[in-house]
Amino acid sequence: MNRLLARRFAGNSCLVRVPWRSFCDAAAVNSGTAQAKHAEKQRLTSHSEEYDVAIVGGGMVGMAVACSLASMSLTKHLNVAIIDSNPALVNGITIKKEDPPDPRVSTVTPATISLFKEIGAWEYVQQHRHAYFDKMQVWDYTGLGYTRYNARDVSKEVLGCVVENKVLQSSLLSCIQNADIRKTVFPARLTSMNLNPSSIPTELNGTSSTSPWRGFARLELSDGTCIHAKLVQVGADGSKSNVRELSGFKTTGWNYAQNAIICTVEHTVENNCAWQRFLPSGPIAVLPIGENFSNIVWTMSPNESSELKSLTESDFIKSVNHALDYGYGPHPKSSSARDGDLSWFGAGLTSSAGEGFTVPPRVVRLASERMVFPLSLKHANSYVAKHVALVGDAAHTVHPLAGQGVNLGFGDAFALSRVIGEGIAVGSDIGEVSLLRRYEAERRPANIVMMAILDGFQKVYSIDFGPLNIVRAAAFNAANYFSPLKRNIISYASGEQRLPLFT
Amino acid sequence: MASKLLRRVLIVSDRSPRPSSRSLPGFTSSRLFSSSNSQPLPATASSPPPPPTTVDPPSSSSASKFGSKIRNDSVRSSIKDPELAKFSAIADTWWDSEGPFKPLHLMNPTRLAFIRSTLCRHFRKDTNSARPLEGLKIIDVGCGGGILSEPLARMGAVVTGIDAVDKNIKIARVHADLDPGTSNIEYSCTTAEKLVEEQRKFDAVIALEVIEHVANPAEFCKSLSALTTPGGATVISTINRSMRAYATAIVAAEYILHWLPKGTHQWSSFLTPEELALILKRASVSVKEMAGFVYNPLTGRWSLSDDISVNFIAFGTKDGQ
Repeated sequence: MNRLLARRFAGNSCLVRVPWRSFCDAAAVNSGTAQAKHAEKQRLTSHSEEYDVAIVGGGMVGMAVACSLASMSLTKHLNVAIIDSNPALVNGITIKKEDPPDPRVSTVTPATISLFKEIGAWEYVQQHRHAYFDKMQVWDYTGLGYTRYNARDVSKEVLGCVVENKVLQSSLLSCIQNADIRKTVFPARLTSMNLNPSSIPTELNGTSSTSPWRGFARLELSDGTCIHAKLVQVGADGSKSNVRELSGFKTTGWNYAQNAIICTVEHTVENNCAWQRFLPSGPIAVLPIGENFSNIVWTMSPNESSELKSLTESDFIKSVNHALDYGYGPHPKSSSARDGDLSWFGAGLTSSAGEGFTVPPRVVRLASERMVFPLSLKHANSYVAKHVALVGDAAHTVHPLAGQGVNLGFGDAFALSRVIGEGIAVGSDIGEVSLLRRYEAERRPANIVMMAILDGFQKVYSIDFGPLNIVRAAAFNAANYFSPLKRNIISYASGEQRLPLFT
Repeated sequence: MASKLLRRVLIVSDRSPRPSSRSLPGFTSSRLFSSSNSQPLPATASSPPPPPTTVDPPSSSSASKFGSKIRNDSVRSSIKDPELAKFSAIADTWWDSEGPFKPLHLMNPTRLAFIRSTLCRHFRKDTNSARPLEGLKIIDVGCGGGILSEPLARMGAVVTGIDAVDKNIKIARVHADLDPGTSNIEYSCTTAEKLVEEQRKFDAVIALEVIEHVANPAEFCKSLSALTTPGGATVISTINRSMRAYATAIVAAEYILHWLPKGTHQWSSFLTPEELALILKRASVSVKEMAGFVYNPLTGRWSLSDDISVNFIAFGTKDGQ
């Protein structure tokens, strides 16, 4: 079933480009010793293990690259290696319907959804738990402002969809498994990488001048395997990317001195709205994840997070409900804005919001463990080098504020595979920097804008200062009442527009 | 204004980056290199000026496709083993997409897009295929370091690359061997005329940025035509003899910015699209499509356009079946 065993695909016959290439299914270094032996034999007898693309890190973004390559006519002939020590890639991911949702979830934007549909992975997502939401409410603890977004504002059906990471992962896995592309999974870690083997003699056949792999990057894996690839993509080897370090990419970034607590909670009613409230120490977000479950992402200082983690379940739930209701400050006034402190702002504008402020459904039960992780911002100064392209978290780590992280990663994955296709169309070497720069030129500015926005949000909300609170609230209200602005914010958050506000 | 000038200059610089050596011995014979066999050679070519005593270091000649192409002082003897490492280093420079050839690397996909689409249409090939030129025999005349030959080979063609300069051929050979997808390219230091004598035939004959440097463009076109199988294709790109080309390719690039040695291009030896079409017609090649190349300095990308006033490319088919 879900076994992505490195099969020697019948597809090996499809477009074998050079006669001396011999493909080895050594990847099937499965637990079975017989197979391991077989693989060993294969490795010894094969001349090389040569791939067009090596994807280091078979996480969501890495798998998306593979699926996307498999889905395009110009790239589906590529021979792909996926290097990841996660046994799930070989053994498959089992998802039981009756299990409560995993706290690790992603909010996928409509743009990501349509990309998933394009590569044929969305149908697998739909077989599992997923929750569309069409409403979003953002407010802050000062009680001065709030905004409600509705998918109808942008004539859309949904604002996004919350999916467990393991569902995304397994959907992409099923997708690549059924795809007609040559792929091999190496259940190992990358230990070293040589991007320019031409400069050193390869011990494999002695003289460097006759080595057939001089135009390839050479990768050594923890199980002793050595493979060669024209293009190494660092997908989900994550924010501590091994390949990024090995190939000397520099990063810019900082830690936020904030932690996020994530967990799954249960309500008594179904939730179909995404909620976010800015509290003095950071935002708390409640995302619907299907049935009566919601996912909580609560950002706070490290001290607070360890305190909250050690609370009893009932006390923790009390704190969550407190934070989503009257905790830290009053409810914002409902939209009419006829009285009180905001009339100076709201008077001239007719309300396009229409919907009043709502309190999120109460949390009644904790449905998963509480997980804590530190937040940081990190951005690679460059995404590409000869034979290497960084994608996803290896290239950028963002504040999880709007759940945009993985969407940026998926954006990278699809942009990169499209650029590879464009390169193949005109016969480019897919490891050439001049080609890969096009990927960088497309993704880097887009990612920087999004990171700056999220970072800005984080900064603005990490200061509790009277006048600033009012300005912030005014901005909120502006967003709520001024529909072009609102439309732009929604479109941008849906991943559909390049630049916010300027269209 | 400045940006316009920049754009022009970039157009030019792409074609022939300045070699680091300003003096180009034997330059006057440059227009002859491809037609030397079919033409009685003028004195300068038949008895070339004595080779410079200090031969340019390899890196400097490699720094210029044009510069090396025109130097007929290239060594004819087969290369010795210690030299191989040297040529390998040269190949790195030639192929350094951030190096002196950056503009050429930037323009290459655009030229290839034109070639791909015209050849696919003409030979009825599947444009969705990763190797649409599978089964076609193509010759790249004036291949330099192989910047055009390699992509053509990756697109499935059986490619022969020829260049009059031995050094270029060595560089191209070393680089093509880096990738199994291009290692089957046949490189040879020869001229189109010699291959005509050998009665070689190709489905498509491609000569990019060469014709403005040959002595007799009409004879050169005849040779290209003779190499083309009847019903095959001929693709030529060059610079237009327009005032704009004069201002950009010669005045700006050679005299103002010194990107090219003075005298690199002679305006009078440029061909207008009409003239090119005419001499091709006389060589029984009918021009079917023509396009210009335009550089966008903001995106750094080249694109195809209808503006053929500076750089242009022509696709023609050989008459007769």
